[in-house]
Amino acid sequence: MTSLDSIVASQPILPFDIESIRADFPILKLKVDGHPLVFLDSAASSQMPQQVIDRLVRYQTTQHANIHRAVHYLSELATAEFEQARHKLQHFINAREDREVIFTSGTTESINLVMHGYGRKFIGPGDEIILTVLEHHSNIVPWQMLAEERGARIRVVPINDAGELLIDEYENLFNEHTKFVSVIHVSNALGSINPVKQMIEFAHAHGVPVLIDGAQAAPHMKIDVQDLGCDFYVFSGHKMCGPTGIGVLYGKADILERMQPFKGGGDMILSVTFEKTIYNIIPQKFEAGTPPIAAAIGFGAAVDYLSAISLEAIAAHEHALLNYATEQIRLLPGVHIVGNAALKAAVLSFVVEGVHPHDIGTLLNQQGVAVRTGHHCAQPVMQRFRIPATSRASFAFYNTMDEVDTLVEAISSAQKVFA
Amino acid sequence: MHSKSLYQEVILDHNRKPRNYGTLEHSTHHAVGHNPLCGDRLVIALNLDGQNIEGIAFHGESCAICKASASMMTSVVKGKTRSDAEILIQEFRDMALGKLDPSDENHLGRLTVFAGVRNLPTRVKCAILPWHTLHAALNSINSTSTEAADDPMHAPVDRAS
Ligand SMILES: Cc1ncc(COP(=O)(O)O)c(C=O)c1O
Repeated sequence: MTSLDSIVASQPILPFDIESIRADFPILKLKVDGHPLVFLDSAASSQMPQQVIDRLVRYQTTQHANIHRAVHYLSELATAEFEQARHKLQHFINAREDREVIFTSGTTESINLVMHGYGRKFIGPGDEIILTVLEHHSNIVPWQMLAEERGARIRVVPINDAGELLIDEYENLFNEHTKFVSVIHVSNALGSINPVKQMIEFAHAHGVPVLIDGAQAAPHMKIDVQDLGCDFYVFSGHKMCGPTGIGVLYGKADILERMQPFKGGGDMILSVTFEKTIYNIIPQKFEAGTPPIAAAIGFGAAVDYLSAISLEAIAAHEHALLNYATEQIRLLPGVHIVGNAALKAAVLSFVVEGVHPHDIGTLLNQQGVAVRTGHHCAQPVMQRFRIPATSRASFAFYNTMDEVDTLVEAISSAQKVFA
Repeated sequence: MHSKSLYQEVILDHNRKPRNYGTLEHSTHHAVGHNPLCGDRLVIALNLDGQNIEGIAFHGESCAICKASASMMTSVVKGKTRSDAEILIQEFRDMALGKLDPSDENHLGRLTVFAGVRNLPTRVKCAILPWHTLHAALNSINSTSTEAADDPMHAPVDRAS
């Protein structure tokens, strides 16, 4: 709490020229029911700047062919651009080598890949997998499928009322059966930032590999996978100004090499006979079939765009928005913020006494304000707080203080409708 | 029509003071309706005397649209026959899905205040859930959902057409 309170006292100073940033996003000029769009649902999917749109158009207009397959000009060009995108992503998360960056269709597929490639090979009957209450369904269901198939067991780290993981309980879950840890970096439902570095260190001291679900962290803070030390880090392009249908699985090279392939097909093999197939080296071993080439190149452009602004400036701006919104919403009687972790990023979940989140969502939409309502694919979090759903405003670096004011006014007028 | 016209005074009033809210002492039929997407859950209990709906009550946790729809539905079907109720269920569902224009001939009466949901695809299920659950209760199906195979939006409305 202290970090929040000390900052809200002063009027926030923005770390960059917000109007020139907003000018990059054509969609932000939209009107909804005659109101300017106030887009506060970037945690579900963020908007795309013109620079990324232009990159997609340029690829499709002048560079497209299948990759890794032919000797002609376009195929070589497309292959080079695709591999260049991989290199940008490698650099973005400070992976040691390009081959540690696997392109997937998104966070969900990245987790499923690890479940199949690592889990089905190395996790067996009686083994235990540690998850947390904060996980998104995509980091629960694959592990449940594995546990059911292999006779393994899921252990869950609880949270306190503020939405912070109980690290003592986490540490107490470790025993000789613990074989894997999979943890969300930033909670999409509450915004809590988890102490993943400390958790990774503890797991490694017990020889247990760790996957970090960075879907909500990579868009908002500088990620350094070497500094974190995680074995796997996963995230999605569409939550960080890139296209849908593309994501990354970062894995340490030695662990990726020991894993079995996930999907079989073209490009993931060195040679095929009906007697025996020899798998390709990483990363191709995990990239069967024609990948979303344009989306990968667009993702590369998106991380260039974010890096040019700088993740530090993005984090500072979003932090100012979050603090201001928290302070303003706390002033509204009958509105309760769900999730008050000391360390939070970009997400503000709330409930309004006597008004169901769905009605809030519809009434806010009437003022042009786009928020997400529901369980946010994190039903265990809702169960923990004994609520069916919340309304969630999520902020990106293209949001403004004025938009926070519009949000607060819209909540207040929704309350009046139900008064 | 947009969302403004959805939150009309009638709907807000039924949300604030839902009619037939609670449980029945002796129910002959009941069903639980569930909308897993928003966590809404509604229980409907019926007392059927032959073909007549003698008593009806509902309770549960839901948004204003769902609660008002349940409140108005229970007021309207109470005392009606089972087949009259089935006609209303069909018509309400068609109206919410935009297949029936409220100005066409129908038996919905003031239930047409819900016509606005057809322009809000994410809210259609909120309005339909009570009706869907009533249909289940009348047919002795004890639990239903707005999703998957039970989804009223996907269920064929009229097999003959
Ligand atoms: C924390 C978290 N993990 C995983 C996912 C799934 O991401 P995707 O749908 O891009 O696969 C999301 C997206 O909502 C998320 O917020």
